[in-house]
This record gives sequence, C-alpha cells and structure tokens, in this order.
Amino acid sequence: MNWTWFHKLGSPKWFYGISGKLLPWLSIAAVVLIGLGLVWGLAFAPPDYQQGNSFRIIYIHVPTAMLAQSCYVMLAVCGIVGLVWKMKLADVALQCAAPIGAWMTAVSLVTGAIWGKPTWGSWWVWDARLTSMLILLFLYFGLIALGNAISNRDSAAKACAVLAIVGVINIPIIKYSVEWWNTLHQGATFTLTEKPAMPVEMWAPLLLMVLGFYCFFGAVLLMRMRLEVLKREARASWVKAEVQSSLGARG
Amino acid sequence: MSFASFSDFLAMGHHGLYVWTAYGICLAVLALNVAVPILARKRYLQQEARRLRRETEK
Repeated sequence: MNWTWFHKLGSPKWFYGISGKLLPWLSIAAVVLIGLGLVWGLAFAPPDYQQGNSFRIIYIHVPTAMLAQSCYVMLAVCGIVGLVWKMKLADVALQCAAPIGAWMTAVSLVTGAIWGKPTWGSWWVWDARLTSMLILLFLYFGLIALGNAISNRDSAAKACAVLAIVGVINIPIIKYSVEWWNTLHQGATFTLTEKPAMPVEMWAPLLLMVLGFYCFFGAVLLMRMRLEVLKREARASWVKAEVQSSLGARG
Repeated sequence: MSFASFSDFLAMGHHGLYVWTAYGICLAVLALNVAVPILARKRYLQQEARRLRRETEK
C-alpha cells in the first residue's frame, strides 16, 4: 500500500489545498442526499403498522446517533495519531470535530425523547441505551471544556487525545447496550451481516439520510478545520498569500 | 405518496406535533452548524484585513 497520502497529511498546506477541492463535492452530495431522503422519508415511505407516522422520526434519529458514535471513534483515532506520530493536523481535526459530535449527540437524544413520548409514553427512561448516549454527550462536553481550559496548545492536544482514547470504551457499551440489558430501545436497524427487518421502501430513505449526514459531517468538519489551519499557521507565507487573495476576492 | 392530502401530511396521523418538532430541531441544528464556520471565517478575514491595513499605514 502507498502511504504517501498519510505523510502528506502532516503538511497543513497540502491539506488546505486538497480540502478546498473536496469541499464543494461533499456539500453538494450532502444537500442532494439529505433532500431526497427528507422528501422520501416524510411523504412517500409507508407508515409503520404499530407506530403510525411517528416512526418517521427514525430518518433523523438514526443518522444523528450513528454520526455521534462514529465521530467519537474518529476523535479517538485522531488522538492516537496525534500522540504516536505527533501530527498537528490530528489535533486540529479532534478540536474541530468535537462540537459537531456534541450537537449530533444532542439532536439524537432530543429526537429520541420526542419519539419516545408517543411510542413508550415517556420522554425519558433511565435505560442502558439512553444513559450511555447521555454519557457520550458529557464526554463531548468534557473534551470541549478541556481543550478550552488549557492555554498551552501542545498540552491541550495531549490531554484531549488521552480523554478521547479513554472515552472510546463507551462506544461498544452504547452499541451492545440493547443486547446486554433489558431495554425499551429497539435493536439496530442496519447491520453488516443481516438484511434489515424493514421493507425496502422504509430503509432506502434511511440509507440516503445516513450517507447524507456523513457527507454533511465531512463538509462542516472541513470548513472548521480549514479556518483553524489558517489561524494556527498564520505566520506561514502561503497562509498570508491565501488570506490576501480571499480579501482581494471580496473587494 | 402515503398521504391523501396536504393537511393529512401536516397532521401525520395525530403525531404531527412530535414529527414536526423533531424535524424542526434537527434542521435548525444543521443550519447552525453550517452558519457558525462560515461566519467565523468571515470574521477572521475581516480581522486580518484590519491588521494588514494597520501594518501598511505604519
């Protein structure tokens, strides 16, 4: 396997260039996929035979919950890369992804509560799945607070990397919580090994939404990271040229 | 189409309030996550422009 792309990631300038090319495509893909998934899921998918139309919340609840967990795994991977290879871009990615992950966790908890009221008759239960997701939200808050509390950038990067790696233990707990404990929460909709229990008209829009949310996450993360790179590398000559040309384009 | 009319679509079979609140919150958060980095970039570039002007005036 060719590893040059990995070494190039160490160069903020290379990252800035390539992410600028990638960003419009990710944004278009996110808008198209989420748009199609929204219309299909809200208006065309058939209602659930037990839950009626309240099941349509699945089309935002599942993508945000999946993203919340994948984002945390990504933070842990960034933490390892940052600690082992001392790659500065890994810390940029970690700091920029944490707030997005926290928002996604919050949306999945809130939409879950709104779905729970008509389905279970309660906004919140101290169930294993719900509680472990709440812990994930607090882990994100902890990471954001830790990053902001330490003013030395290298110490902050190290502390956040360690917290991200330790906290990843929560991810398998979330994943298997519906199997290990008695729970109100239903099992996974998508698994790699089995066919979904839903008919295709129900899961196809969900698949579009999941893919669309991943593209959305990628686009928003790149936007945040590009600004952070400009700020951190402000002394570099290519950043000065880039700022000049952005200013010139704005008149 | 799984609804007979537009008012049926809005009602979501008595679950309209739940479904539309959930979607509203979700879309608001998505919009916020797009707006924050765009505004932050704009603010940073304006700040840099002011700094550059000050430096050239000196």
